[in-house]
Order: sequence, then structure tokens, then C-alpha cells
Amino acid sequence: MRPGHCLPFIAALLLGAAVVPAHAATIQITIDNLVFVPAEISAQVGDTIEWINKDVFAHTATARNGDFDVTTPPKKTVTSVLKKAGSVEYYCRYHPNMKAVLTIAP
Amino acid sequence: MFIRLSAAIAALSLLGSAALAQGAKPTDPQIAHIAYTAGVIDINAAKQAISKAGNKDVKAFAEDMVRDHEAVNKQALDLVKKLKVTPEDNDTSKALSKQATDKLAELNKLKGADYDKAYVANEIAYHKTVNSALETQLIPSASNAELKSLLQTGLKIFQGHQQHAEQIAAKLK
Repeated sequence: MRPGHCLPFIAALLLGAAVVPAHAATIQITIDNLVFVPAEISAQVGDTIEWINKDVFAHTATARNGDFDVTTPPKKTVTSVLKKAGSVEYYCRYHPNMKAVLTIAP
Repeated sequence: MFIRLSAAIAALSLLGSAALAQGAKPTDPQIAHIAYTAGVIDINAAKQAISKAGNKDVKAFAEDMVRDHEAVNKQALDLVKKLKVTPEDNDTSKALSKQATDKLAELNKLKGADYDKAYVANEIAYHKTVNSALETQLIPSASNAELKSLLQTGLKIFQGHQQHAEQIAAKLK
């Protein structure tokens, strides 16, 4: 194989890498004593959220616009991957007084 | 319906003031008993709803009530054991239980959508009353810091239940 033949292939790989987010991050959101901590946080599409429920109660993280609905059993950690961009207000369906905001960049 | 509901609220409000009228603020063993009793009452109402409710949101709400109130009451039992406190029966607990037994019998006569609406309306009224008692009487009176903190968590949970019940009531109309 001559070196020239590999170049387009390498270029395509590099371009492809530039389109995919550089590195998908893992972001922790803790639920402690009926509070989402932090109450406001920024993330990117493709990032993973680790929902850490420290309470003895089941909770949900439910997007008001319907983009996600995660149930977190008592004392459990659940992960979900962010699929859509936007500034999303979310709440707990079981305890609607629990509210927070997740700002997801494209 | 409205008359019956306001009568129930009036009776419960009287309870609160009757307990306050005793003069002395409730002791920690009494507070623990009142809080535990209030939880048991809501669990019993929820168990009735799980078997009687027709609407799926109402049924799911009742299941949430059993799960949360059992979790709070388990914490309360663990705490009194740790503190070596024996919950003490008292007039407020007795009046709450009597009122709840009457309410269960009244709700038991209803069927279908009438039952669903009445159960949810009572849940709103009941959580309002308990939350107000927690805020104005039980939390300020609690002397043990861990008991106070558990009551504060209870208040947040029950305020959530009240809002949840209000959302369901709005959808049932």
C-alpha cells in the first residue's frame, strides 16, 4: 500500500472526529433530602448524567418538555444519556415541589 | 361535596387548635406518635384507594402514598429506637384516628369517578392540615434535633404530595 492512498482515509477519520463531540462527559446530579444538586447545570448532547439518589424515597427527573423521564429508586444511581439540546426544566413527578434546570448545548 | 369537604377541614382545623389549646406544647414522644399516626392514616386511605380507584393516575398516586409514608414511618421508627423514645399516645393522635376512621367509612360508600374525586380532594385537604400542623406546631415544638430534621423532611415530602394531588384533581375535572 502506497502512503498516498491512506491520506484520504486519515483525513476522513479526522473530519469525523471533529463532528462527534470531542469527549462526552459524565455529569453527576445528586438528589439529597428532596433537592436536586446542583439546581442548575450545563451539559452537552451526548453527555451522560449520573442521577445519584441519596434519599430513602423514589424520585423522578422528568423534563417538562417531555425530552426525558428518569426514575431513580431509593438509594440508587441511574444513568441517562442526553439526546436533545435545550434549556430543560425538570421536576420530580412524585414530589412536584422538586425542580431544577439542565442546560444542554448541541 | 363542598360542604362535606369544608366540614372535614373544619374538624381537622379544630383538632389542631384543640391540641394547641392544651397549653403545653407536645413533647417529643407525643410528636413522634402524632407524626407516625398521620402517616398510618394516609397509608390506610391509600390502600382503600388502590382497591377502589378507577382512574389510573389516582391509583398510581395512592401507590406513591403507601411507598413514601411507609418510608417516612420506617425512618421514624428507626429514630425513636435509636433515641430510646417510646411514642406516646395523646389526644391529637386519638382525634386524628377517629376523624380518619369516619372519613374512610364515608369514602367507602362512594364509587367510580365520585370516589376518585373525593379521595383526591381529601388527600389535598389532609396533607394541607398535616403540613400546617408540622409547620406551626410539631416542628417548632420538637426538641431533639434529629426528630426536628425528620419532621422537616416529612414536611417537604408531604408538600410534594399536596402539589401532586392538586395536579391530579385539576385533571379529574
